[in-house]
Amino acid sequence: MIRFENVTKRFGAKTVLDDVSYEIEKGETFVIVGRSGAGKSVSLRHMIRLLTPDAGRIWVDGECISEAGGAELERILGRFGVLFQSAALLQWLNVEDNVCLPLRQKTNLPEDEIRARAAEKLALVGLEGAEQKMPADISGGMRKRVGLARAIVTRPEIILYDEPTSGLDPVISRQIDLLIDDLRRHLGVTSVVVTHDLYSALHIGTRVAMLHEGKFVVCAPPEEFIASRHPVVRDFLQAQGIAGLQDVRKAFGK
Amino acid sequence: MITREPQIFDPPPNVFASAGRGIILACQGTGQALLMLLGAAAQTPHLFSRKNRDDVMRQLYLVGIKSLGVVSVVALFTGMILALQVGLELRRYGQENNIGTLVCVSMLREMGPFMTGLVIAASVGSAIAAQMGTMTVAEEIAALDVMSISPLRYLMMPRLVALAVMMPLLTVYTNLLGIFGGAIVGATQLGISLEAYFDNAFRYAENKDLYVGLFKAFLFGLIIVTVACYQGFTATEGAVGVGRATRRTVIVSFLLILVVGYFVTRMFYQ
Repeated sequence: MIRFENVTKRFGAKTVLDDVSYEIEKGETFVIVGRSGAGKSVSLRHMIRLLTPDAGRIWVDGECISEAGGAELERILGRFGVLFQSAALLQWLNVEDNVCLPLRQKTNLPEDEIRARAAEKLALVGLEGAEQKMPADISGGMRKRVGLARAIVTRPEIILYDEPTSGLDPVISRQIDLLIDDLRRHLGVTSVVVTHDLYSALHIGTRVAMLHEGKFVVCAPPEEFIASRHPVVRDFLQAQGIAGLQDVRKAFGK
Repeated sequence: MITREPQIFDPPPNVFASAGRGIILACQGTGQALLMLLGAAAQTPHLFSRKNRDDVMRQLYLVGIKSLGVVSVVALFTGMILALQVGLELRRYGQENNIGTLVCVSMLREMGPFMTGLVIAASVGSAIAAQMGTMTVAEEIAALDVMSISPLRYLMMPRLVALAVMMPLLTVYTNLLGIFGGAIVGATQLGISLEAYFDNAFRYAENKDLYVGLFKAFLFGLIIVTVACYQGFTATEGAVGVGRATRRTVIVSFLLILVVGYFVTRMFYQ
């Protein structure tokens, strides 16, 4: 569904993505992990054209988003929902208006239907009753969930999550992970998650890819990823105290 | 899309390369700011659409009504200072009765739009730059881009309309208060009756003086909103970048108001 074809990206002298090629299948949850500054978010930003590659192309269902412009780009972007690391809520709009924003601005739906759809998505993320609160008055976890409600209110086919659990306490983090998993199971969306939380990655991912020095050193289902002998993966697993999938299941109470 | 890739350059090898790069970047920035202005202006047909109406009204209120206090004080004292300085000089020649003309013509042609421009650049322009800059570094602009909601239509166009409409209106208000301030000084400190002051004030003022002043105010409005939005949308490096965008907005707006004001005056009064 999303295909990176020999993508290279440099910032000054630093090569962040080095001739990277991979494909994300429809309906899967593809998790990109790696150390800070490894280029995880850069990779994600290429998918929605917030960055363009220095070399190579990015395809979304056969359409080249890295070279699209105007109405074509708008149409491709319309298939995406994005949860930003900071949630990126507009501070002068309340929770409900933030969630309604894409529908109000990009559709001609009647106001009643817009509000009904926003209420449905807010209920899905467990935020009934918070409609009138302002972003500044709610916690980081709530902001992320509002951001998620806004990302899914347009019923996108692909949802991108940039560090969905960073800065959250473990309980809220696990709630967000379960929510991401539920969205894939119930709505059938394709998800791409960028995180450095391996518990989260191994729980929600159908494939987990480790980005290191501009290249994917391992890209495999969780069972194979955890069994990888690659030193970077071993270091990462060890640093987070994961010996096997049973540790991940335990963390999620299974 | 407004969201831009980070620009990273190698350190310049010498001062000439540094200056050259600065000039090229300034030209690029000017071009991009003008394209933004055109892009936002092209969205004005959507002014009264359901999607933009509320934002336009909110911006008209913020620019017009919320600026009235500071504009009033500045306008009144500008007229009073003008009348006092000119009146004291003219008194030496027994011509203090002519301060009405001088205050009125100065306010209509130059001081009205100029002082309004400075006040609005410092208050509204800096606020726009800070808001847009904060939205940029907090990825809110990127979020709008990804939702295919044009920041030019959703954010810049309402502010453009507000400043283009309110700057001339505030300038009329500044002119009236400035002339009134001159009358107060004339009556209380220079011994000129209000009748004589106002008779003198409007005898030599022409419609052209008013129109040129309002044209300047309109241009100043476009300058302020363009500079503020450009600086905000291109802010980087978190809070430091927002502060830099705000400072640059005020400085560049002030300079452009001065320079453009001079050339408009020259164009109409040769």
